[in-house]
Amino acid sequence: MTDTAPRELPLQELDEVIIRFAGDSGDGMQLTGDQFTSISAALGNDLATLPEFPAEIRAPQGTLAGVSAFQVRISDFAITTPGDAPTVLVAMNPAALKAQLKNLVQGGAIIVNTDAFNERNLEKAGYESNPLEDGTLDGYRNYPVPMSQITRDAVAEHGVKPRDAERSKNFFALGLISWMYTRPVEPTMEFINTKFRGKELVIKANEAAFHAGYNFGETAELFESHYEIKPAELPSGEYTNVNGNTALAWGCAAAGQLARLPIFLGSYPITPASDILHDLSELKHFGIRTFQAEDEIAAVASAVGAAFGGALSFTTTSGPGVALKGEGMGLAVSLELPLIVIDIQRGGPSTGLPTKPEQADLMMAMYGRHSESPMPIIAPRSPADCFNAAIEACRIALRYRTPVMLLSDGYLATSSEPWLLPDIDSLPDIGVDFHTGFNGTNEDGEGIFLPYLRDPETLARPWAIPGTPDLMHRIGGIEKEDGTGNISYDPENHQKMVDLRAAKIEAVDVPDAEVAGDMDADFCMLGWGSTWGAIDAAVDRLQQAGKKAAHVHLTHLNPLPKNLEEVLSKFETVICPEMNAGQLVNLIRAKYLLDIKPVNKMNGVPFTTAEIESAALKAMEAS
Amino acid sequence: MTDTPTRTEPADWATDQEVRWCPGCGDYSILTAMRMLMPELEVDREKTVFISGIGCAARFPYYMNTYGMHGIHGRAPAIATGLAMARPDLDIWVIGGDGDMMSIGGNHLIHALRRNVNLKILLFNNMIYGLTKGQFSPTSEVGKVTKSSPMGSLDAPFNPVSVALGAEASFVARTHDMDRQHMMEMFRRAHAHKGASIVEVFQNCNVFNDGAFEGITKKQNRDGNLISLEQGKPIQFGADGEFGVVVENGAAKVVAVADVGEAALLVHDETKADPSTAFMLSRLSRGPFEPTPIGVFRAIERIEYATSSTAQLAMAQNDKGSGDLSSLLRSRGTWQV
Repeated sequence: MTDTAPRELPLQELDEVIIRFAGDSGDGMQLTGDQFTSISAALGNDLATLPEFPAEIRAPQGTLAGVSAFQVRISDFAITTPGDAPTVLVAMNPAALKAQLKNLVQGGAIIVNTDAFNERNLEKAGYESNPLEDGTLDGYRNYPVPMSQITRDAVAEHGVKPRDAERSKNFFALGLISWMYTRPVEPTMEFINTKFRGKELVIKANEAAFHAGYNFGETAELFESHYEIKPAELPSGEYTNVNGNTALAWGCAAAGQLARLPIFLGSYPITPASDILHDLSELKHFGIRTFQAEDEIAAVASAVGAAFGGALSFTTTSGPGVALKGEGMGLAVSLELPLIVIDIQRGGPSTGLPTKPEQADLMMAMYGRHSESPMPIIAPRSPADCFNAAIEACRIALRYRTPVMLLSDGYLATSSEPWLLPDIDSLPDIGVDFHTGFNGTNEDGEGIFLPYLRDPETLARPWAIPGTPDLMHRIGGIEKEDGTGNISYDPENHQKMVDLRAAKIEAVDVPDAEVAGDMDADFCMLGWGSTWGAIDAAVDRLQQAGKKAAHVHLTHLNPLPKNLEEVLSKFETVICPEMNAGQLVNLIRAKYLLDIKPVNKMNGVPFTTAEIESAALKAMEAS
Repeated sequence: MTDTPTRTEPADWATDQEVRWCPGCGDYSILTAMRMLMPELEVDREKTVFISGIGCAARFPYYMNTYGMHGIHGRAPAIATGLAMARPDLDIWVIGGDGDMMSIGGNHLIHALRRNVNLKILLFNNMIYGLTKGQFSPTSEVGKVTKSSPMGSLDAPFNPVSVALGAEASFVARTHDMDRQHMMEMFRRAHAHKGASIVEVFQNCNVFNDGAFEGITKKQNRDGNLISLEQGKPIQFGADGEFGVVVENGAAKVVAVADVGEAALLVHDETKADPSTAFMLSRLSRGPFEPTPIGVFRAIERIEYATSSTAQLAMAQNDKGSGDLSSLLRSRGTWQV
C-alpha cells in the first residue's frame, strides 16, 4: 500500500455476479456468505445461494475435507439458480483454492488470503509448489491479499489477542467484497452488533476487520474497478430471504393455523432435516409441540399417536430415517389418519452423503412400505416453494386422512432465494371437522359409530378423536372390516380394503400439469423437485439460441396430474433430468408407456443449467 | 370445568367383539380385573384410551369399550407418548407383552419411563412368545427349550422391574393373574399415579409356557414364595410371617425372622427418592421358583412430561404472545420492491 487516499475507481455495471466464498469449516464462510446475501437482497437484487459444507463439524484444519463454501449469485434480472460456475472465488487458504478452483469460470477473479499459503498449509492441501507462484492461476484475474496480517494489524488497537484476531478475517473478506460490489456498510455493522451482542471485543474486532477490508479495496492499487449490480425487476411487494428448511417449518406452522389444529412434530435429529426440528421448536407460542424422540421409529409412532388425538402431525427426517419409518407409515396408511412425513433427501445408500442432495428417495416414497400402501407425494421446486408444499401436503393429509410424503432435498433445504411474501388471507382454508355423531344404526335401530364408513366423495373415513362422547372405537394395523373397522380376515373384505385404499389416493385432487416455455415445441423437459431452477434456466438459454423447448414440472408425484399423459404425449421428445438413476422416468414409463428419456446425475451436486442445456441439445439432435 | 363421569358397570366397558385368546389364558383374568376396576375409577369411557403393540396381550384394546389403537410391534409406548403430549386430558393405558415391551420395544419403554409420560403401562409377562407360537422371550430363563432354541436358550433374561427402575420409572409394581384383588389394587395405584407407571403382571400362557409362575402363584405356594410389599411395614412373608427380608452387604436377603428378630427386617418404603433399595428388592428373586416380591416397588413424585411440555407452550405464549403468522414470515428481515 503506497497510497492511502481514496482513489476514484471506475464503477462498472454488471448484470450479475456469482461469488463463492471458500475457507476452512471454522473460517465462518457460511456466515460471510449469508450476510453478503442479506445486504444484496435488501438492495433489491435477485439472488440464489448454494451453501456447501462437509459432514464433519470441524474436519482437520487446512485439509481439503474441511473446506466449507458458500456460493451466492446476485443479479439485476430474475434468476432461478445459484449459477453454474462462480465468476469470483474468495479462497481463505490453499485447501479452499484447490477444492474450488475447478469450479471457477476461465478468466474469473480469485481473491486469496496469501498469508495462509505457508508450507504447512500447502502441504495439507496437497500442493507441491505454491500455486500463487507456479503458474497454476494463469488465465485468472488474481488478487493476492495478506488478509490475516491486515486483519491482525487492524484489530490490534482494540486489544484483541493475536490468536483471536485472525478469527475476524472473514469480516475482512466480507468488507473487501462489499467494497468491490458497492454494498452499503451500515447493514453489516448492525448485523455484527446484533449477532455478537454482549461480546464487545468481538464486535470491535469484526467491525475493524470489515472496515479494513473495505478500505483495502478502495486504497490498495490492486483492483482496476469496482462494480455495481442494479436491482432486479421483480414483482413488487415485500420480500424476505428464505431457505427451504425454514420455509418448510413456516409452512407447517401456517398449516396449523389454516387448519385450526395444534401441531405435533415427532422427530429425531438427522442431517439435513434437523433445522426444521430446530425452527419448529422455536415456535412453541404457535401451540406447536415438538418431541425429540429416542429414534426415527418413535418419531413417526408418536406422530401417529398425536394424529389419533386430533393434532396436525408431522415427522421430519432424511432417507435413512424414512427407511426406519416404513412400518409406522404403513400403520398410518392402515389407520387412515392424517400425517405428514417430510424427507429431506440426501445421497445414499446407507449414510451416503449426509450433506449432499439427491432425489433418489422417490421410489421409496412410492413403494417403501410392505404390501400395497399408497401415499400421496408432494415435492417443492424451490426454497420458497417449500412453504406452499407444506400447506398442500397438509391439505391432502387432512382431507383424505392419509399420510403424505413431502420430498425436499439437501439443496432446497440450505439454498435461499428472495420470497415475495404471500398475503396471509389468500392462503387456503384447509380445516376439516372432527366427527362427533353416530353415522350408522345397528339391528335394533340404535345409533352406532362406524369408523371406516367413508365419505363418498373423498373416500376418507371419519376422524373421531378420543374425548368424543359415544364414539369410542378401536382402530389398528390389522386388517379391518370395511365400515365397522372390526378385525377381519375375510378374503373379499381384504381385496375391497386394498382397492379402497388405492382408489382413495388415486382420486386425490391435484392440479393439472402446466406447460412452461414454448407450448408448440416438439421438445419437452419433465422435472420434479429441486431441478426446477436449472431446467427453467436451461429453457431460457435454449430459447435465446433460437430453439423451442417446453418444461413440465411436477409438484404432485402421487397421484400424478390427471392430464399428464395427454400433455406429455404431445411432445416428440421428452427428457427427464433427475438426481437419481431414473426413478420418475420409470414411473412415467410404467404408467403411460411413454418413452421419455432419462438424464441422470448423482454426484451430490445439483444440476447446472449448462448440463441440462447440453443434454437438451443432444436429445434434440438425436430426435 | 369439572365433569362428573357417568356411572358405569363393568359390562359397559366390554365391546361386542368376541375375545379370542386361547381358553384358559391368563389374559382373561387381567381383562376381567380391568373391566371390574373401571367403574370404581369413576372415569369416562370416551376419555380413556388403550394403546397396544403386537402380540397376544396387544389385542386387549379391542375388548375395552374405550378409544383404542392396536399399533405395531413394540411401538405402543411411543405412539402413546405422542397421544399423551397432544392430549394431556386423556387417561392412557399401554398394554403389551414381554416380547413387545422388553424386546422389540425395549427402547421405547425405557424412554417413556425416563421421560415420565403420563401412561399406565401394563406388561403382561408370560416369559414366552405366544402369538408367534412359542419361541423364547427376553424374560425366558437361560436354557429354555423352544422351537427356536432346541438346545436351550443362551440369553440371560431381563428382569422387567429391574429394567424399569434402571430407566428412572417413577412408579413400578408387580402383580399376577391369579389374584384379581391384587391386580385391581395395582392397576388402581398405577392409575392414581401422575407420570409413567408400569405394572408387571405375571401371566400364564397355558399353551406355550403353562405353569411358569406356579412355583409362586399357586395357592399352596403363595405363602412361602410371594412376598407382598406393603408401604411402611417390615417385609415379611410365610404362613406365620416367619420369613423376612433384610439388607446385608448391599443386597436384599431372605432370612428367618427368628434368626434376626423383627426389628432387623427391612421396612418397605416405596417413596424413597433413591431407587437402590427398590432395585435390591427386584433382585431378591432369580425367577418364579423362589420368594418373589409383588406390590409397589417404587412410587415417587416427579414432574410429568406433557405437563412440562404444556408449561413451555404457555411460557412461550406469555413471552412472545400467541403465534402470529404474518410476523413470523417477517422475522428474518424484509425489503420492499
